[in-house]
Amino acid sequence: MEPKVYDMGDIDIAWCPGCGNFGILTILKRSLAQLEMKPEKVVIVSGIGQAAKTPHYLKCNVFHGLHGRALPVATAIKATNPELTVIAEGGDGDMYGEGGNHLMHVIRRNPNITNIVHNNMVYGLTKGQASPTSQLGFRTPVQVDGVFLEPFNPIATAIALDASFVGRAFAGDVEQATEIVKSAIVHVGYALVDILQPCPSFNRVQTREWVKEHTYYLDESYDPHDRLAAFRRSVEKERLPLGIFYVNSDRPTYEENLSVYKENKEPLWKREVDIEKLREVIKRKRRM
Amino acid sequence: MRREEVERFMDKTAPMKEVSIVLCGEAGQGIQTVEEILNSVLKLSGHNVFSTSEFMSRIRGGNNSTEIRVSSQKVNAYVDRIDILVPFSQSAIQHLGERVTDKTIVLGDKENIGGGNGYMAVEVPFSREASDIGSPLYANTMAVGVILGLLSGDLEILQDYLQRFLGAKGSDVVQKNREAARRGYRIGNDLRRSGRVDIVLGASPEVKEEILLSGTEAVALGAVAGGCNFVSFYPMSPSTGVAVFLAQHAKNFDMIVEQAEGEIAAINMALGAWYAGARAMVTTSGGGFDLMTEGLSLAGITETPIVIHLGQRPGGATGLPTRTEQADLELALYAGHGESPRAIFSPGTIDEAFRLTRRAFELAGAYQIPVIILTDQYLLDSYYHVPSLDLSNVEKNGHLAKTKSPYRRYELTEDGVSPRGIPGFGDGLVVVAGNEHDEQGHLTEDAHIRREMVAKRLRKLRSTTEEAETPQLVGTEDYRDLVIGWGSTYHTIVEALQRVGRDDIAFLHFAQVYPLHRSVEDYLTRARSVIIIENNATGQFAKLIKLCTGIEIGHTILKFDGRPFSVEQVAEALRDHAEVK
Repeated sequence: MEPKVYDMGDIDIAWCPGCGNFGILTILKRSLAQLEMKPEKVVIVSGIGQAAKTPHYLKCNVFHGLHGRALPVATAIKATNPELTVIAEGGDGDMYGEGGNHLMHVIRRNPNITNIVHNNMVYGLTKGQASPTSQLGFRTPVQVDGVFLEPFNPIATAIALDASFVGRAFAGDVEQATEIVKSAIVHVGYALVDILQPCPSFNRVQTREWVKEHTYYLDESYDPHDRLAAFRRSVEKERLPLGIFYVNSDRPTYEENLSVYKENKEPLWKREVDIEKLREVIKRKRRM
Repeated sequence: MRREEVERFMDKTAPMKEVSIVLCGEAGQGIQTVEEILNSVLKLSGHNVFSTSEFMSRIRGGNNSTEIRVSSQKVNAYVDRIDILVPFSQSAIQHLGERVTDKTIVLGDKENIGGGNGYMAVEVPFSREASDIGSPLYANTMAVGVILGLLSGDLEILQDYLQRFLGAKGSDVVQKNREAARRGYRIGNDLRRSGRVDIVLGASPEVKEEILLSGTEAVALGAVAGGCNFVSFYPMSPSTGVAVFLAQHAKNFDMIVEQAEGEIAAINMALGAWYAGARAMVTTSGGGFDLMTEGLSLAGITETPIVIHLGQRPGGATGLPTRTEQADLELALYAGHGESPRAIFSPGTIDEAFRLTRRAFELAGAYQIPVIILTDQYLLDSYYHVPSLDLSNVEKNGHLAKTKSPYRRYELTEDGVSPRGIPGFGDGLVVVAGNEHDEQGHLTEDAHIRREMVAKRLRKLRSTTEEAETPQLVGTEDYRDLVIGWGSTYHTIVEALQRVGRDDIAFLHFAQVYPLHRSVEDYLTRARSVIIIENNATGQFAKLIKLCTGIEIGHTILKFDGRPFSVEQVAEALRDHAEVK
């Protein structure tokens, strides 16, 4: 399948010139195309922010909801219809700030969804305040003395919670990032991909060049099944590793745990309420 | 106590045809188990039963009480009067305060029944007899036996029930409980024969077959009948019971019941579930609903159906977390930013709780709007029996459209309702957005489209108003005075009016508070005076009626101490009202 299957044609895109989101849009289209995913079977759920506008810019089903709330929506969509490929997408403020609590619990539930986080270490749409991942000392019109809150480390957090797939990519390296995102989509279980993405308008520190200088790829000798090794890599600060940090394929997915799918694999919308069973329950209440 | 002393306490002119029994003791003492068994056994004996409970917010200790009314006629409302009190703790009598009067017979262990000052104390050695059987735990079953004996109920039905109820715990447990029941029954029977208590209850065979439900169960079963197959919630009294009931029946009904990490997650999950083709409900109370309000707003603009069960309790913040109030009407009405339609039901009976919860799913699905079921602790924790529940014409996952490409999720239509597709059913792409959007669901800031979309969404209010529940008039059509009530006050007001006995007064009950049925104005203008009864401090429904009809309701009877209205209280207030005029 060609990535152009996902093209929306001539649309007005709300991103700034040079925005890393363009790279992520390309990565997403390529990943879905290479995996032969039909647009009508793909649902992208997003929150609010520049990153969360992404699903409007490719052909797919879209639930563009509230700031921070993509994960519970995505979890429920997958639970209601496991035949759909579900991707939750948003920025660092959306997923790690406003929606931080859901991140913790989605990892515990382990639905078979992919979570793509556009991480530019700054708030874009609200014009340049610090985000949960802003680096120490980062000055903004609000953080006038520079950020002094410890930056949130999504990779370490996810590994600590035994997330079933944890990866980090760079929006500027479409080829490698596509491979990581494809692995995440194919992975059975919750998959987090944190994508480092320069923001040319509001982050003049973590530029494309900065990311290139401050990252390296995990090499082939690296074993993503070793949780402690993964955790060690996740807390490195000098240069941030890119690639697949951690995979735990032993965890059952949320949908697999749900009683509704133990025998019947059909999505909920194809089922009907069994009035005879309801009659039976009511009949028991007559004998009470 | 000697017989002549007893007679001083008892009105011997006529035997009681209806008895109000109150069980009171510490949390954790098993009062609810006694309630459950008594309700069943008395109903299976052909007596009408109604029970309701009040709790303190704690797991152990304090004092909780349950009132069980047993009668020849159906009486489904709370009364202050206590005919028989069974205290399980030393502070129970004090806890019940003025409800214990010289008409009250207090039955129980010596240390719990006090000195009998101002009431009749009858010692029943529950603890000793129970310990004699093997454990003080059998005191509960003994109490059931005593009450059944007093009411000359059928011991066999109790013995049979204990086998069914406790059979899984082994024959020893069953035998010992049966022994406790037997001993209790004998004591109750002796008391009755001694003339200390004179109760003659009629039994009706048809009652035996009726459906015994709590308000909680009625909401939950109504949800099942409405096709509910997804419930997400965060525990919060008094709404949790609905989710607990459904979780226990989830396998039976192909239902996902998810305890979310919070109410915000719960409502967003429910919206995701509807989007993907499920029929979802959240169940919550005031504080949790507060958290859901952004989700409610999202439901409005994305035109995603949602059913919200809002079990009210007194606020603000934590308020009185285990008690009752009707003070969240305005919250339900105005919650969520922006302007879009919604509907709010306020069931007042078990039948309505079932029927309107079922209806909520149909209405939400048909018009793609949020539908709120506004109940309260009093209704949810009350039990009684009904002859039948309407299972006819149950909707089979209706209102889903198979999509064709290109699909316009927000197609502009005459009535504002666009055919609702779901992903994976047809070739179309289903695009919904909480930003303003065009017909395809994609973002726009175009002023013209904004106006069209707002108007489209609001057009749905026309049909929902057309389909609003007709208020129910109880009493004469030729009323001079009209009493207004909504939600759980229904039975209390009906019984209070029977007591007041005026033939020129009627009661208009609202099981839907928004949008209001168009007949409201006519009902109000026909009355010489209108009195509204609300379990809140500011008369929220009176304000809403004024907003919708321009009619100011002159008289309010309000109660906001966290307790439900009693029949006596409403009757007295209505009598006072008549005198004032």
